[in-house]
Amino acid sequence: MNKKTDREEAMDAAEITVVCRCEDVTLEEIRDLIREGYTTAEEIKRITRCGMGPCQGRTCRELLLAELARASGRKIDEVAPTKYRPPAKPIRLGGIIEGDSSDLG
Amino acid sequence: MIAVTWAETVSSAVSEQLPKTADAVVIGGGVVGTSIAYHLAKKGFGSVVLLERSYLACGSTGRCGAGVRQQWGTRLNCLLSIASVRAFERMDEELGYGRSIEFKQGGYLLIAYTRREMEQFTKNVELQLSLDIPVSLLTPREAGKIVPILNTDDIYCATFCPTDGHANPFHVTYAYATAGRRLGAKIHTFTDACEILTESGKVEGVRTNKGTISTKVVINAAGPYSGVVARMTGLDIPFYPERHQILVTEPVEPVLGPMVMSFSRRYYCQQTPHGSFIMGMGDPKEKPGFLTSSTWEFLVEMAEEITKVLPPIGELSVVRQWAGLYDMTPDAHPILGGTPVDGFYLACGFSGHGFMLAPVTGELISEIVCDEEPSIDIHGLDLGRFERGELVIEPSVV
Ligand SMILES: Cc1cc2nc3c(=O)[nH]c(=O)nc-3n(C[C@H](O)[C@H](O)[C@H](O)COP(=O)(O)OP(=O)(O)OC[C@H]3O[C@@H](n4cnc5c(N)ncnc54)[C@H](O)[C@@H]3O)c2cc1C
Repeated sequence: MNKKTDREEAMDAAEITVVCRCEDVTLEEIRDLIREGYTTAEEIKRITRCGMGPCQGRTCRELLLAELARASGRKIDEVAPTKYRPPAKPIRLGGIIEGDSSDLG
Repeated sequence: MIAVTWAETVSSAVSEQLPKTADAVVIGGGVVGTSIAYHLAKKGFGSVVLLERSYLACGSTGRCGAGVRQQWGTRLNCLLSIASVRAFERMDEELGYGRSIEFKQGGYLLIAYTRREMEQFTKNVELQLSLDIPVSLLTPREAGKIVPILNTDDIYCATFCPTDGHANPFHVTYAYATAGRRLGAKIHTFTDACEILTESGKVEGVRTNKGTISTKVVINAAGPYSGVVARMTGLDIPFYPERHQILVTEPVEPVLGPMVMSFSRRYYCQQTPHGSFIMGMGDPKEKPGFLTSSTWEFLVEMAEEITKVLPPIGELSVVRQWAGLYDMTPDAHPILGGTPVDGFYLACGFSGHGFMLAPVTGELISEIVCDEEPSIDIHGLDLGRFERGELVIEPSVV
């Protein structure tokens, strides 16, 4: 486990739940958007950037779907997921032309 | 923590029944359709219904570079984009959306790599200055001062307009939708317009997958699907979709103010306020069609080009790539206005710059539908121009 940063500790103390760590999106923000009437994962992803960071939504994607499922009283697999976009892992632009396959994961 | 449940929250989009009648139906929930719905509602046109077959901004709008420039080669495009820039500047205030549309006026730096391009730029600048667009013609050295990471080796000249920029396309669309709803427009997502009902050359209604609405006015803002929607009334419009690819990098601290763009080399690149770089490139080999898959070849070409143009960017990682459709017309100008079918209006064919023209398009179409004199003379952008052979050729597009 990585040691928590100062900011993360402060957020823990304030009981702020971060859903997307790359883009710093909290559960409260997501709930606010659902309350405003945004009902699809695609829209919430686009407004908050939840899942758009370098990790490509590895954990937050599921958390967002779970929250939408709970709010709508559906099962998680009944909520339309967001599309996966390539690349699966970040690739350095310079590496692409050098044909550096070590970057390709 | 208060749990949020659907019952207490869910928007009109999901729960409300489709109305049986409307004064106007807008087909398409991209930036153009939502802008039109907002402007019609603002004019108090009556009941306005917008139909979107998926979620808002799922089409070209949500996939675009969202650049906004006034540096055009035709008077009409200049006038339209000047009006749009003014609208973007006051949008946060006007639409009361609560979030920012992230309009960043870092300018556009257009680069000329050939003598011909330089000659065209000189003409463009003369035109732009005559319309009070604050543009200047720059030497390669001056261009390098504005963008220190720019490789100025092969450059003939550049032009720069500091009030150009880019915004966040999702926020702009949702801002128009939010403001439109507040003024009474009904937005129905996941509602597909399947058929346009006409009788003796007049619009009578729209059949959707959720019921039929009777209406005398239908506005086609279906983006790349505008040709398909027009055909529902029997009209063939000279229009074709064309795939364009784009990518985004990880975010870093601000190093690039303007959008950097070349027509002859067909690239553009910007750094968003969020810190990520968004870049795209046109492919002259791309054939018309609805394909939106992304390719490895694009990644390679884009990487090769951008590391030549802005070498330090080569160190950044790509986090996502995707593709969207340009909505092309033969003269790269939109088709705006009425049609031979009474009550059927077109707001389409933006040829890769519909994001920036959306604000002014909403304004103009709402004026035309309300039978007012449009605030900019756009009769040259009607559908009839293709038959009359009066094309308005735009020389400056990627
Ligand atoms: C890679 C790329 C980069 C771009 N960069 C820029 C840029 O920098 N600046 C700029 O100004 N423009 C840019 N564009 C162009 C811009 O994206 C489009 O011109 C603009 O988004 C068009 O908006 P729209 O609302 O007309 O279309 P769309 O956003 O495509 O909206 C049309 C909507 O209609 C819906 N629809 C279609 N048929 C039906 C039906 N039968 N019933 C109900 N709904 C229907 C679709 O689902 C879609 O949501 C770019 C485009 C691409 C692809």
